[in-house]
Amino acid sequence: MSLKKWNELVPGGIILEAGNSVKNFTGMFRKGEKPEFNETTCINCFFCWVFCPDNAIIVENEKIKGINYDYCKGCGICVNECPVKNEQKPLVMVKEINEL
Amino acid sequence: MMTLKELASREVLLSAGHTLCPGCSIPAILKLVLRATQYSLVISNTTGCLQKGTTHFPRSSWKLNWIHTAVGNAPATMSGITAVYRSLKKQGKLPVQKELKFLVIGGDRATYDSGFQSLSGALSRREDFVYLCYDNQMCADTGGQSSSATPIGASTTTTPAGEVLPGKLLSRKNICAVIAAHNVPYVAQSAPWIWKDLYRKAEKAFEVSGPAYLNVLSPCPNKWKIHTSKTIELAKLAADTCVWPIYEIKDGTDVTVNYKPRKKLPVTQWLKSQARFNHLLAQENKWIVDKIQEEVDKEWDLLLSLENKNQKKMRDN
Amino acid sequence: MRVMKVMDGNSAAAEAVKQVNPDVVVVHPITPATPIVEKIAAFVANGQMDTEIVDVESGYSAVSGCIGASAAGGRVFTASAAQGLVSMHEILYITASLRLPIVAGLVNRALAAPENIHTDHSDAMAERSCGWMQFFCENPQEAYDNLIQAYKVAEHMEVRTPAMVGMDAFLTSHSRENLYIEDAGEVDEFVGKFKPAFSLLDSENPVTVGSYASMDYYFEHKVNQLQGMEKARKVIKEVGREFGDRFGRYYGYFEAYKMDNANYAVVLMGSAAGTAKETVDQLRNQGEKVGLLKLRVFRPFPYQDLKETLSDLDAVAVLDRSFNPGTPGGPLCNEIKAALYEVPQKPLVFPYIYGLGGRDIKVNDFVEIFREIKEKSGKDEFIPGIKCIGLRE
Repeated sequence: MSLKKWNELVPGGIILEAGNSVKNFTGMFRKGEKPEFNETTCINCFFCWVFCPDNAIIVENEKIKGINYDYCKGCGICVNECPVKNEQKPLVMVKEINEL
Repeated sequence: MMTLKELASREVLLSAGHTLCPGCSIPAILKLVLRATQYSLVISNTTGCLQKGTTHFPRSSWKLNWIHTAVGNAPATMSGITAVYRSLKKQGKLPVQKELKFLVIGGDRATYDSGFQSLSGALSRREDFVYLCYDNQMCADTGGQSSSATPIGASTTTTPAGEVLPGKLLSRKNICAVIAAHNVPYVAQSAPWIWKDLYRKAEKAFEVSGPAYLNVLSPCPNKWKIHTSKTIELAKLAADTCVWPIYEIKDGTDVTVNYKPRKKLPVTQWLKSQARFNHLLAQENKWIVDKIQEEVDKEWDLLLSLENKNQKKMRDN
Repeated sequence: MRVMKVMDGNSAAAEAVKQVNPDVVVVHPITPATPIVEKIAAFVANGQMDTEIVDVESGYSAVSGCIGASAAGGRVFTASAAQGLVSMHEILYITASLRLPIVAGLVNRALAAPENIHTDHSDAMAERSCGWMQFFCENPQEAYDNLIQAYKVAEHMEVRTPAMVGMDAFLTSHSRENLYIEDAGEVDEFVGKFKPAFSLLDSENPVTVGSYASMDYYFEHKVNQLQGMEKARKVIKEVGREFGDRFGRYYGYFEAYKMDNANYAVVLMGSAAGTAKETVDQLRNQGEKVGLLKLRVFRPFPYQDLKETLSDLDAVAVLDRSFNPGTPGGPLCNEIKAALYEVPQKPLVFPYIYGLGGRDIKVNDFVEIFREIKEKSGKDEFIPGIKCIGLRE
């Protein structure tokens, strides 16, 4: 992304493109861990969705579908707040090896 | 009755891609508050974590009209916005013929300290806005210094626990009591873990005519030195130890306590959970722990007694 | 219909605001600017204005309210002085950086400590780098005329820079003189309707105002901001000419009083110009070739025009009515010197400080100044040092 020159800026520094932070792929914040989702044991309580700081829980047709790794920062709140006590938890943290 | 599934189907108003810390509890708070009204919102935000994390030029996470100017004047800025809204409405010259709602957001430093004058002024003018304070109990944006929201005994960078001094020696300001004394229609304290309560309170705050204030605990994984996954869990622990009671105050005096822990846990549980309090577990600092327990109990008992008084009044009427 | 009235500067300012008819006026008292907002409040209470008044708790909150109002697409006004103005300091920078065309009435008063409520330009000088345009008035007529013009200049699409219109404390703000008040319809037509560049109330086009910019963008933002002030140079002149065409009183960057064929001149701003003009008249009658340059626009500083007007003089006395420790001249003097820097045979510039805290300056003082600069500029290798007029020493 090339940086704008001084005379290419909107006067006052106003940002006109509402919500354009979606162009920042904050998935790069992750430090070696990421949550993994298993649909079969999910009870669709949506706790992971409401507590996720990064809108990284994918919802389709009123069901949790997975994790958006473009934005997931790997905080682990979803895993911690998931109420399922089942051995096969719908959300677990796994090691992640970043490919350079 | 709102369900999370239904809430998830509503428009995203704070986009992903912000640079708030992993595990930050502010976005969860906003996810509930921003969607608690059907009207378009105009937001005045103070300087702080939220402002920096969501509007790093040239990117913005806000899909709403949003302005930030300084740390101490967001309510005053909002007063100008609402005045023009009233003026243009009277003249029939609003750019879009829609009713709008107004939200001021500030961290605890901007609310309890730098911007307190501005907040008090706006409340006194009965401006029609909701004020949301995300309270991480310190000046997090600038590196974790003490604010008047910082509880007694906390180790911060300006009240560090050292060889001689055991962290902050002053108690925190009871901001809700001060705001309630302005006789505003609605003041409420909540936290992100009790999402149903927070949503309901935000809804109510937007509905009342005049100012409303929401004080929401916002655990900070970075500065509280806790694991990033624990922020929501810790907010609940704060309620279970009554360190952060969940309540609301209508018209300055009618108190309702919305969450009563089945078993009230001792404050030591709270103090053990975060590195910023670990030094208090040493024997020589037991007096501070006792003081904290005393203050927590006093506030909790007061809230319960005010609630009883309120309920008695309602029964007698 | 134009009428002639007798009014003080504050009342004249309030009249101008009434005719410009902003959507919002944000009010906070500070002597001696308070009567401006009191009169506006009375206009509103009596139905002569339908402005929304916001009564805030401090000067800092007043200009903050103005930012909110302007960013919400409204035309706005506030008034301040001295401590009120400087307490707004950080917000003044922000207002200009966000390119919001706010106009503020400023009654120039001394800065504490010690506390003093009288004429002094230190408050405006303290804010000369905040990015606002700065106008200085000699009398109530100019207070009225400049406020009206300030709106037209500030709101110009290429300028969009806030403006403060200053008049001297008590000497202008509270002193009654004759002035023309123009027809309200004519003023309305002259100023036109405010067309905001964006509005926080436009929910269909949400904007983010006041973001955080890091090392990769801050510099570009600031240089971009300069354009507003630079475009103002041309627009101020155009608006001054249009004002003259419509109302008969023409304005430029400054008033050059009897400057034709002058060898010596005094340069100053504000109400002392009246006394200086009286002196110039007397000395001219005695055959002295003297003149007065009364600067109206301090920001943007009109380097080019000043250079052209002053470069052929033998000597210039520049009178600053502000306190500036640690520099060989006041801000006006230093900027005049900068304007003359490239002139090969430049006039000798004499720095004076006068009138601090409302200390009076009289015809005799000006006579002495003209005498001194004439005598000393005749000497070779004389370098004028700073001198205080009217100080007990």
